[in-house]
Amino acid sequence: MEKAGGSRKKGLKRKRAAEEPQEAAVVEDGATDSGGQAPKATAFPPGFSISEIKNKQRRHLMFTRWKQQQRKEKLATKKKLKKEREALGDKAPPKPIPKTIDNQRVYDETTVDPNDEEVAYDEATDEFASYFNRQTSPKILITTSDRPHGRTVRLCEQLSTVIPNSHVYYRRGLALKRIIPQCISRDFTDLIVINEDRKTPNGLILSHLPNGPTAHFKMSSVRLRKEIKRKGKDPTEHVPEIILNNFTTRLGHSIGRMFASLFPHNPQFIGRQVATFHNQRDYIFFRFHRYIFRSEKKVGIQELGPRFTLKLRSLQKGTFDSKYGEYEWVHKPREMDTNRRKFHL
Amino acid sequence: MRQDPAHPHVVATGGKENALKVWDLQGSEEPVFRAKNVRNDWLDLRVPIWDQDIQFLPESQKLVTCTGYHQVRVYDPASPQRRPVLEATYGEYPLTAMTLTPGGNSVIVGNTHGQLAEIDLRQGRLLGCLKGLAGSVRGLQCHPSKPLLASCGLDRILRVHRIRNPRGLEHKVYLKSQLNCLLVSGRDNWEDEPQEPQEPSQLSSEDTEADELWASLEAAAKRKLPDLERTSGAFQTRRRKKKRPGSTSP
Repeated sequence: MEKAGGSRKKGLKRKRAAEEPQEAAVVEDGATDSGGQAPKATAFPPGFSISEIKNKQRRHLMFTRWKQQQRKEKLATKKKLKKEREALGDKAPPKPIPKTIDNQRVYDETTVDPNDEEVAYDEATDEFASYFNRQTSPKILITTSDRPHGRTVRLCEQLSTVIPNSHVYYRRGLALKRIIPQCISRDFTDLIVINEDRKTPNGLILSHLPNGPTAHFKMSSVRLRKEIKRKGKDPTEHVPEIILNNFTTRLGHSIGRMFASLFPHNPQFIGRQVATFHNQRDYIFFRFHRYIFRSEKKVGIQELGPRFTLKLRSLQKGTFDSKYGEYEWVHKPREMDTNRRKFHL
Repeated sequence: MRQDPAHPHVVATGGKENALKVWDLQGSEEPVFRAKNVRNDWLDLRVPIWDQDIQFLPESQKLVTCTGYHQVRVYDPASPQRRPVLEATYGEYPLTAMTLTPGGNSVIVGNTHGQLAEIDLRQGRLLGCLKGLAGSVRGLQCHPSKPLLASCGLDRILRVHRIRNPRGLEHKVYLKSQLNCLLVSGRDNWEDEPQEPQEPSQLSSEDTEADELWASLEAAAKRKLPDLERTSGAFQTRRRKKKRPGSTSP
């Protein structure tokens, strides 16, 4: 008499929950069993949902009971499926892959094919060609918007330890369009401006100097060195390696080349330092680590250095000129963000 | 610089700090029409001039220009005033390309942010915008009879839009380099024309003639002939790279 046993467990609750869809047989069992309890069987009107019960405690009770039932059913189907798979053995169909937004990404027609000649020719003649041909080596100027606060200044200092051959200068109310010709005459190859708002850095302008493109990023989630848990000691002067992940489209390629041209060519593997620019869903995550190989396959990493997230807002052809410059790509939220599965980088 | 399609000897020029001038190539050295700058603005400052694109309006002598200071102006050489007859502004970014619509009453302009707008020339107001471009608009051309517009820009995509009923994107093609200029060809079935087999024989005959010419001349200075014929024959597409003033690309 399983049903009686089951009903006795919830016998107390039955007294309170007088309205329950029950079959007459169960009611009789309960009545003959304990005698003191006399649950009434009321049939629900069709189309009744638990959320329509006005009494909060009873509603909660009904819901927990329904949830337990659902969980039991789910467990039962899982067990059944597992048994069937074991029974079939090798002939079992492959496990279905769960859908993620990265899986379901809309195919971008501008994805770069590694064997593409036109793109290769384009890249051989663009503004970064002189860096990739080893004709120029990077020299970077890091500055901020006017009157920076402490966080931004510290971020600039930490960035200058991460990027070799970089110099930090204070911006004392100087216009960028006047700084740029001076930088060009002093052989700087890149300019980084960290924009600040309400005492936190929130934007990054990266301009490749002789006449190169200017990228404007939104910067978020900035963590300075002292805010990083379990961090290693300060980075050394060795040139780090660079990892650029997931820059697949043509726009992504240009931005990836822009980041690559910030760092000198020959990484010093003795330093065991690596800077990573990881692109996922149009957000670029910057991390700086020190790694150590404990064996052939095991690596230990320590995070050093600042960490931040960037999102590209616009890519402008030519050096910084937001009013009269020509834009190669502009982020337009109302046109480009309508589809959750479409990414541009 | 733009040539009047109705009168091939009439040419209009304009540029940065270079006011609109209409020249007659068969006529005198002086321009036929020299435009005057608009009045000083409300702060009594001189309004700067930067003509980016000029179009001749059909069936009249009027010209339309679009400027880098986001203005669209209509000039009429037939009227006594040298200042623009109509001025309209759109957006906050320099307008880089312009084309006339088949109706003849409006123009479509594009700016450096990738915004395309149709502006009515009778009243000077905005009729509507076209969405989609992400980069600076470099080339625009309307079909002469159908309400179609082709646009290309720095975002490497060639788009064909429908201008009216309803306004929207018809088709887009990813072309892998930054597009500078486009031309709507009047020929149907241009792919089927037997141009290709004839070209090499023509080329070789020209080359041999040129070689003979060079051989006959004394070798005063050794200079190689530029390979113009060969490259134009190979690219049968509708893309033409035009060097734009002020551009810094190689």
